[in-house]
This record gives sequence, C-alpha cells and structure tokens, in this order.
Amino acid sequence: MKKANAADFLIYDEAAGIYREDPEQAVRDDVEKHYWLHVGQSIVKDWRLYLMLIPMILVFLFWRYFPMYELLGCFKVSDEVLPVSEQLFSGFSYFKRLLVGGDDLSAEFWRAMRNTFILSFYGLCFGFPMPIILALFFNEVKSNIARSVYQVLTYLPKFMSTVVMTSLVVMLVKQGSLTSGMGIVSQALANLGWISADVAKSGMLNNPEFFRPIYIISGIWEGAGYDSIVFFAAIIAISPTSYEAAQIDGADKMAQMRYVVLPSILSTIVIMLITRIGSLLNIGYEKVLLLYNTNTYVTADVVSTFAQRYGLAGAAKGIASAAEMMNNVVGMLLVIGANTIARKASNVSLY
Amino acid sequence: MKRKLEVSELIFKVISYTLLTVFALACLYPFVYAISAAISGRAAVEYGEIVLFPKDIQFEAFRRMFSDNMFWNAYSNTLFITFYGTVWALLYSILGAYALSKKRLLFRKFFNFFLVFTMWFSAGIVPQYLNYLSTQKVFVAAGITDDKWLVVIAMGMAAMNIILLRNAFEGVPSEIEEAAIVDGASEFQVLSKVYLPMCKSTIATVALFFGISRWNGYFWARQMISNSNEHPLQVFIRLRLEEFTDAEAMAGWNQVYASDSVIYALIVCSIVPILIIYPFIQKYFAKGTNVGGVKE
Repeated sequence: MKKANAADFLIYDEAAGIYREDPEQAVRDDVEKHYWLHVGQSIVKDWRLYLMLIPMILVFLFWRYFPMYELLGCFKVSDEVLPVSEQLFSGFSYFKRLLVGGDDLSAEFWRAMRNTFILSFYGLCFGFPMPIILALFFNEVKSNIARSVYQVLTYLPKFMSTVVMTSLVVMLVKQGSLTSGMGIVSQALANLGWISADVAKSGMLNNPEFFRPIYIISGIWEGAGYDSIVFFAAIIAISPTSYEAAQIDGADKMAQMRYVVLPSILSTIVIMLITRIGSLLNIGYEKVLLLYNTNTYVTADVVSTFAQRYGLAGAAKGIASAAEMMNNVVGMLLVIGANTIARKASNVSLY
Repeated sequence: MKRKLEVSELIFKVISYTLLTVFALACLYPFVYAISAAISGRAAVEYGEIVLFPKDIQFEAFRRMFSDNMFWNAYSNTLFITFYGTVWALLYSILGAYALSKKRLLFRKFFNFFLVFTMWFSAGIVPQYLNYLSTQKVFVAAGITDDKWLVVIAMGMAAMNIILLRNAFEGVPSEIEEAAIVDGASEFQVLSKVYLPMCKSTIATVALFFGISRWNGYFWARQMISNSNEHPLQVFIRLRLEEFTDAEAMAGWNQVYASDSVIYALIVCSIVPILIIYPFIQKYFAKGTNVGGVKE
C-alpha cells in the first residue's frame, strides 16, 4: 500500500483559490473502511450486471467445475452406486498402481504417457513451423487473386469435422480386400516403393509403424493453412520501407528473412508457441480414438484414450481418472510455465 | 551485389510458388477423389482405377443414401443441435462477457480467473462422463427425455469465446454507453442497442466458432445419446464407417456401385453444406484468429 501524503488528500480549487480535500479520496477511504457495505451497495445498484453473470457462472459451475469435484473419485474406492462423497478413501493407491505397479496395467499406462509426449512433441516439431513457412510463401505471391486461391484451398481441410477427416484418411489408406481395392494413397506409396506392398495390402492404419506419420501429416494437412492466417497477418503488417532499407544495405533474401521478417513476427510466434505448448498434452483424443485400433495401441494409445478404454468402455473409473489427472496436472503446469517464461522474456503474455 | 539480390529473390519466388501449388493441390485432391469415387462404377472403384476423374459414372450410391431415412434424420438432428446449441451458448456468453467487461463489476478478477482456469485444467473424460450421467438423470426427472437437449444445454462451452467477446466489449468507448444512459437506456438496452451492433463482427465470429464446434461434435454425442434416432450426422457417419469395415463385403453382387462409394458419398454429402456457406463465413474465420491474442 502506498504511503499517504498531503498531496493525495488535497486538490487545488482554482475558483476559490484554496486547497480542498479531494472528495474522491474520501470515497476511497470509505470503501476501505466499510468494504462489505460497499459490496452490498454495488450489488444493489448494479444488480442487472450480476444477474447477467449468473447463467454463465452456473453453466461453467455445473459442467466444468462439478466434474473437477468428481475427480476426487481417483482418491477413493471406485463404486458404481455410491456418489463420490460417500465412497471410501483409498489415498494414492491408484496412482501408485499406475506409476510403480510393475504389472501390465502400469506398463500400459507408461506406454500411453510416452505416446502422449511423443505424439505431441512430433506434432510441435513438424506442425508448428509449417504455418510460418506457408505464411512466408503467401507473402511472395503478389497477385491478390492468386493468393486468395491458394489461401482458400489450403484452409479447406480445416472445415471438415474430425469424423469426416478421419473417415477420409481411413478410406485413403485402407487395406485391400476381395471386394474393394486398397486406398489410393497406400496404392500410390506402394507403387513409388516407399512402403512395401504387404504393408499397403494389410492397411497402413493396422501397422503401428505408420500411425505417427499418418497422425502428424494429416494434422498438418488439416491445420497448416488455417494456422498460417495469424502469421500472414503479422507479415503483411511489416512496412515495405523496412525491406527497402535492408536491400540498400545489401541484404539478400535470406538476410531479409533473418533481420526484417523474423524480428517483426517474433511476438506472434511466441504467443502461438505458448498456446501450442499449453495444449501440448491436451492432444486431440477424438482423432486418436477415430484412427487407432487394437493393432496400433503400441504407438497410438495416449492417456485420454487409455482413460476412455478403462473408464468409459470398461469399469475402472478410479484408475482412469487417476491417469488423466496426472496428464492434466502436467499439462496445466506446462501452460502456466510457458506463460510465465514468455512474460519474463518478451512481455508477451496470453492470460 | 544487385545481381545477387535478384537471384536470391527469384530462387525464393520459384520455391514458394512450387511448394504452395503442391500443398494447395494436396489439400484439394482428397475432396476431388472422394467425389470421383462416389460416382464411379463398381469395377473401377474395386480395382482401384480411379485416380482423379470418375469412370462409368453412376449416381446409385447417392440415390441409395438419399433414400435412407436415418440419413435425413441424422442431418436434421445435427441442424437442431447446431442451431439451439449456438443460440444457447451465445446467450449466456454475451451476457456474461458484457458483465465481465465492466470495470465497476466487483470480484472481476475472480470471475475472469474462474473462466480462464477451465482453459488450463480439465477434469478429464471420466469425471465429465459421470457428471453428464447425473445431469441426464436430472433432465429425465424434469421430463426432458430427448438426449439432444442434454447435448445442447450441457456441452460446448468455451471460455476462449467469452474472452474474445469481453475484449470486444471493452473496446467500445465508455462515452457512448454514458450517452445512452443519459438518454434513459437501461442496462439491457445499452447491451442490445449499443454494444451488440458495435461488436457485430466479433459476435458473428464467436457464433461461427460455436456453430462449427456444434456441427462437428462427435465424442460426447456418441457417449450420451443412446437412441439411434437422435444421433447427429457425425455419429451416423462414423457408425456407417465402422459397420463397413466390420463387414467388408456389404454390396450385393448385382449392385452397380462399390461399397466404398457409399462411404465416399456420405463424406461428400457432409462436406457440401460447409462448402456452400464457406465463402460467406471465411472472412469471419480469418478475423477470429487475429483477435485471438488475449491481453491482460
């Protein structure tokens, strides 16, 4: 709290030629002294404002915060009948079982944890630079019509739902059978000799080796164009005089990229990177669920699908929530950490 | 020096155009292929002869799908969920964002945190499922047995969208609001007559985000809607695909289309409405990502 001094209380009244007490300071003092009275008065005065807030608060309370209460179930003995509040405490037994259980379940959990990290890490490494590169390319296309055509085409996949997108992927790389040929993409890859004919015949999605590439590439195919919008907006905001100045100094294209474009879009890159890192462990379980099958659990099973299999399809609700809780807590620490670092380093903060 | 500069520009330009063209075509190709495969003759599809253009054109696969009542049912369910879901989400989001944008609101920091925290931490699938189950019980007890309403009311909230709206409302100059209040406008009139018209484009963007996520909603709809008459389109498509992969030889010997063509026809039909409205909504989408940078 700032130390009070006379100048805070007194203001010069020009008309009367004297110093008066600042009436607002009196209000501020009053608020401090009678805080709850002030709260009550404000609610009475602006009751409409608080009324407007209520539906939103209730919706988030019921369907976002009550599940967090249900999450207590991971510390308790799972029970189909009893509500969470009446279940017996089991402490950290589920966590122990998953982390150091030493049995198949624990091994499966660690596999899911590893897959989650690997999938999101690859997604970040390959998926993050693509929109930036695309935006740089868009910037080279000087004709507006041509650029619009390119942009519209590359945004297109973003408008499909996950279900339609994965259905398309499934069909394009599906196995060959008696009544129908294999998918056109596996056919093409087999003809090019990039994959063996046997793999193409048995279906690329049935082969654990190909799950990650398919997941990452379909992700880039779907999102790169749309994600480039924000970078492109940052690039076209760069003043042409910056390029001219760099050219006079003898900068070739690479040097211009390095010294003009990159510094100008750095803050955008940082913001997008924070968002990406924040949702790193929050990988689209829907997409994994729609693309994986029992043959590819080795590389495809992530923590959310692990939880879905044991908690929703199976009945091990406690184990499943414990697994997801660990995942989500690490995820939250990542968001907060990334945000703090960005705020310290570049004064760009997301929240 | 000048020559070196021109050469480097030229090289970069050539690379840009080439890779952009490749990527754009790669984005377009699956759609074209899906259409071709949906309308090609049986032998051509089964022997994998379709590369780009259709062969032995037939429309039987489409006709078969259009004669399926379940398909139209699923479509109308999706429209129902998208429409009511968007209206409901917009309603509480706009009201809440308006209140949050006011400096005189007490505990504003707390309410903001209340929202933002849901972006950081989610309880996960299992607790959410249990929560939806108890919500379902409450709904049934209240006489709402149609699970579509559960999907509409209890799902699809997005803190990010509310923050987008709040930022837009905060951008409206307070003088305009004061003028309206001097003219005797009530709080609700200020919101509907001043703020809504001034933030039209942000509201359109947010409505679009809600609408798209409703249209695309799959996982929870499949978990919570047990009656197949109430399934939305996404669930319908997925179930068809699963049936199809389970029972490979679905098409009878006398059919003129391959069983693949039915799936492709389904995919095409679910994309076409989006493609039709795409030119109109595209600019709002572009805008949405630009205002996405959150402050505070």
